Amino acid sequence: MNALSLVNLKKTFEKGTPNAKVALNGISLEAAPGDFITVLGSNGAGKSTLFNAILGKFRLDRGRIVLDGEDITYEKDYRRALNIGCLYQNPLRGTAPSMTIEENLALAYSRKASKSFFAVNRKDCEYFRSLLRELNLGLEDRMKTKMGLLSGGQRQAASLLMAIIAEPKLLLLDEHTAALDPPTARKVLDLTKTIVASRRLTCMMITHNMQSALEAGNRTIMMDDGRIVLDVSGEERANMTVQQLVARFRETAGRDLAVDRMLLG
Amino acid sequence: MNILSLLISALSQGMIYAPMALGVFIAFRILNTPDLTIDGSFVAGMCVCAVVTITGHPYLALLCGMVTGALAGLVTGLLQTKLRINPILSGILTMTGLYTINFMMLGGQSNLYLQRTVVNSAGAETQVASDTMYKTFRNFLVQLTGNRRLDNNLSVLIITGLIVLAVAVILSVFFFTRPGMAIRATGDNEEMVRSSSINADMSRIQGIMLSNALVAFSGALLCEQQRYADLNFGSGMLVVGLASVIIGQVFFGKRSVTLGIFSAVAGSLIYRLILQAAYKVDMPSYAVKLLSAVIVVIALSIPLVRRKIAEKRAERGEEGEA
Repeated sequence: MNALSLVNLKKTFEKGTPNAKVALNGISLEAAPGDFITVLGSNGAGKSTLFNAILGKFRLDRGRIVLDGEDITYEKDYRRALNIGCLYQNPLRGTAPSMTIEENLALAYSRKASKSFFAVNRKDCEYFRSLLRELNLGLEDRMKTKMGLLSGGQRQAASLLMAIIAEPKLLLLDEHTAALDPPTARKVLDLTKTIVASRRLTCMMITHNMQSALEAGNRTIMMDDGRIVLDVSGEERANMTVQQLVARFRETAGRDLAVDRMLLG
Repeated sequence: MNILSLLISALSQGMIYAPMALGVFIAFRILNTPDLTIDGSFVAGMCVCAVVTITGHPYLALLCGMVTGALAGLVTGLLQTKLRINPILSGILTMTGLYTINFMMLGGQSNLYLQRTVVNSAGAETQVASDTMYKTFRNFLVQLTGNRRLDNNLSVLIITGLIVLAVAVILSVFFFTRPGMAIRATGDNEEMVRSSSINADMSRIQGIMLSNALVAFSGALLCEQQRYADLNFGSGMLVVGLASVIIGQVFFGKRSVTLGIFSAVAGSLIYRLILQAAYKVDMPSYAVKLLSAVIVVIALSIPLVRRKIAEKRAERGEEGEA
């Protein structure tokens, strides 16, 4: 069974007005359990819209979303979040600043935690501590520190833990390292790879860095104008260079890749 | 009145208004949402309490007052979350609607005294004061101490203080339970709450209900203490609550929720002491609201003024170096 099936997703924003914008134009995708798919595409290609559709931030015009055999097309966003973890570009989005690290983790864990009276309890905290230790940031000794006092990279790393803490069936990463400085971005990306691999998570990651799109994961898709125009995996992908990827894009999309924010290196 | 009895009077008022300050604290500080329902739910608590107390159930009256406040909060919460009406407007709408409901509860009068008419054996009508929690407790204290001239305000202070202490402790505990923490997180980062598969709308509604239940409870306490309900008592109540919360913060900081809860109570007490002092220097009672508003404006502007002063200093410092 597929971990995730997207069947012909369509969405037009502001339909019937002069501003109508076709954001998703028939997206279909099948992801096997454990797939780590990197998603490329220029601005406005529909990458984040696709994620938001999976997360249930809006209703689709057409199409079905099936997660691990369960049709979630009409489920409310917070219900889907039970099985989907997500992480955004802005490190501030994923955490509550005036609450402590352990409180943040406890809240995220409430999806799967046994229903204890107090949200933070000793048993869960041991689990949180072991997770934080994996990050190698020393956060395991600062669990009573307020989230707002951490740096962007630390907050993003903590958000990553919060996204995977309840063992989601799908992890969505929307350029989650783009707002970090290069060394921190690399560290968070490495952490992501380790964590995704160790838990065999099914994962989709939007990135603007073509190199890391080819390096991370086992499959790369490229989006353009609300469609998936390229889908490479296996040996073809293993031998692919960034130049070849750009060339393939030109072939299939019928035009040059808009290299606005994309990093070729 | 000597100083001590003035002090006791101020503190007893402070305790009565403390649940209201807690309600404002939850709305403004924890949920980060300005909620104007508060002016209406305070009066609603008073009115319901008056009506039920007159039927001879002073304790049930307090509970009913609280429930009414929660219902008012439920309306505001639904307007905010389900109909996506701006939070400030949602509160104003509920408050405005409540005015009519409160008026109806008071039987079309603008105030209601806690007494009922009894026809005695001779056929004459007399007014009999209804039993209240405060009356019962004072009688109990008089029996206990044998002091028939016991300061009424002292007995009010003791019983209300005990109640407020219990409320504050329960709240402090509540905000560390799962639903309590979800409410805190909703005020802090609603998106993160949704991402954690928690119904943030529900948490928000719960928070607003809790806040207004406390406000209405405060109104109910005041009703039993002053022995009447008044339709126009609520206007500006929000500012009074906000002043208490801010004063409390000035003295005790806002490092944690628990500290915030207890400093809101302390703020309510200090606020009444300030008022009492102002009365002492012959401030007319109608000046109270202006004073409250000014206190809030000053307190809210302090951070900006501090920053401006620091900037000015930096500017001058640079000029000095150049």
